[in-house]
Amino acid sequence: MTASPPAENVLSVSELSKAYGSTVAVDKISFAVGRNEIVGLLGPNGAGKTTTIDMILGVLEPTSGSIQIDGVDLRKNRSRALGCTNFAAVYAPVPGNLTVYQNLRIFGMIYGVRDLKERIEELLEQFDLTRFRDVKCGVLSSGEQTRVSLAKAMLNRPRLLLLDEPTASLDPSVAQEVRDQIREFVARTHGGVLWTSHNMYEVEEVCRRVLFLSKGKVLLEGDPRTLPREHGKQTLEELFIALAREPLVALEAS
Amino acid sequence: MDMTRTSAIILRQVYLVRGSVSRLVPLFVWVGVDMILWGFITRYLNSVSSSGFNFVPAMLGAVLLWDFFIRVMQGITMAFFEDVWSRNFLNFFATPLQISEYLSGLVVSSIATSSIGLMVMLLLATGVFGLSFFVYGAMLAPFILILFLVGIALGIFAVALVLRLGPASEWFIWPIPAVLSPFAGVFYPLTTLPHWMRLISYFLPPSYVFESMRAILATRTMSVSSLFWGGGLAVLYVLLACWFFQRTYRHAVRTGLIARYSAETVS
Repeated sequence: MTASPPAENVLSVSELSKAYGSTVAVDKISFAVGRNEIVGLLGPNGAGKTTTIDMILGVLEPTSGSIQIDGVDLRKNRSRALGCTNFAAVYAPVPGNLTVYQNLRIFGMIYGVRDLKERIEELLEQFDLTRFRDVKCGVLSSGEQTRVSLAKAMLNRPRLLLLDEPTASLDPSVAQEVRDQIREFVARTHGGVLWTSHNMYEVEEVCRRVLFLSKGKVLLEGDPRTLPREHGKQTLEELFIALAREPLVALEAS
Repeated sequence: MDMTRTSAIILRQVYLVRGSVSRLVPLFVWVGVDMILWGFITRYLNSVSSSGFNFVPAMLGAVLLWDFFIRVMQGITMAFFEDVWSRNFLNFFATPLQISEYLSGLVVSSIATSSIGLMVMLLLATGVFGLSFFVYGAMLAPFILILFLVGIALGIFAVALVLRLGPASEWFIWPIPAVLSPFAGVFYPLTTLPHWMRLISYFLPPSYVFESMRAILATRTMSVSSLFWGGGLAVLYVLLACWFFQRTYRHAVRTGLIARYSAETVS
C-alpha cells in the first residue's frame, strides 16, 4: 500500500449547510484553505461564522455538505481529522480549575503530542507563560488566558488552525506579538489558518484572502488589500459595514 | 480506543482532586460519618434485641455496600460535572477524543474515587464495629461487582440526562439513590414491600444483592440463579446507559448543544 500524497488544501468545505428547522444558518458554502495560507472569515454577528467553525470542529453536525481536513473526511474519520486540527476561541477558555501546565499536559495527551514535556516548555517560553506555569488558569487575566488558549491550540502543530477572534481581549502590543507568532507558525509548519475577527486592520495585516459571510452565504472572496477598491470602497472596514447593512445593494453598486 | 486519551481524562481528575481539599474530603467524610452512625445504631439494636440476631453484618454491611454503590455513581457524575462547571465541552469534544475514551476515563476515575471510600468504610466497619465479611464468603465479590456495574450504569445515565437537559438538571441526579433505596430493599426483605413496589424491585439489581446477603445470614444459603439475574440486569443496564449517552451526544452534536452548553440554551 502506498501513502496518499499530501492534500493541497488543509481544509476543503463543499456545499456546507446547517439548518435549524426552517432557519438556515449556513447555506451551501464552499471554500478552501491552502497550505501556508491564512484565510479570514468575516461577517456581521449572526452571519454564520461560528456555526461554520463549529461544524469544522466536529461539534455541530452539518445538515448537508462535506468537510475535508488535510484530505481526511471529517464525517467518516472524525478522530483522525480532528487530530490534525486545533482551535482557540474567546468563548472556549481552557478550564480555569487547572494550572497552565496541567491543562497543556492533558490536551497534549488528548492530541497525542510526542515529546510532550519539551513541547510544553517550548510553548510556555514562546507565549511568555513560564512564570504562570503552576498558576490556575482561572486567576489569569483575560489576555494571559488567551495566550494559554493559543499555546493549547499550537500544542499538536496542527495542519489546520481555527482562530475565532484570537486577539479580542489582548492589548495592541500583545495582539501584534500574537499575530507575528501565528504567521511564524504558518511559515514553520506549512499549516493553514482560518481566522475570524472584527478587527479589519488585523485582517488586512494577517490574511492573504478573506471570505465575507452574510446570512449564511459567502458574498465575497478575495485579497483584503484590493477587495475594497474593487467594490468602490476605501477601506476593508467600509466594505464590511456596507455588506453588513445592505449586502445586495453593496454588491450591485460595485 | 486510545489509552493515552483515556489516561488524560483520568489525569485531569487526579489533578483536580489532589489540588482541592473540597474535592478530596467528600471522598471519605460522608461514608465515614455513615459508618459511625450506623455502627452505633446496630450496636444499640444488638443490645436491646432479645432475638440474638446480629444487626452488624445485616445493617452495617448493607449500608456499606449501598454507600459504595452511591460512590461509584457519584464518581462518574462528579467527573462529568467538572466539565459542566468549567464549560469544557467544546475544548474536549473538538479534539480526537472519542466518546468511548471519555466514558472510560470517567469510569476509571470513579473506580479510583469509590475505592478510597470503600477502604475508609471497611477500616471503620471492621476495625471499630467488628463487621466481618467472612460470613458472606466468596459471594462478596459478585455483590460488589453487581453494585459496581449498576453504579456505573446509573452514573452514565445520569450524565446523559444532564447533557440532554442542561446544567440546571444537576439537581435531578443527587436524589436518585435515595429514590431507589426503598425499592432496593437495603434494610428489609422485599416481602415487606407491597406488591407494586416489589414489581419495581425485580428490575433493580441491588435488590438481588441485598436479598442474597440476608439469605446468607439467615440460612447460610442463597439462590445463585437470582444473583445471576441481578448480574445480567446490571450488564444490560450498563449497555443501555452507554447507548443512551451515545444517542444523547449525537443529539447534542446535531442541535449544537455541545458548542453552546448552558442552562439558558436548553429547554
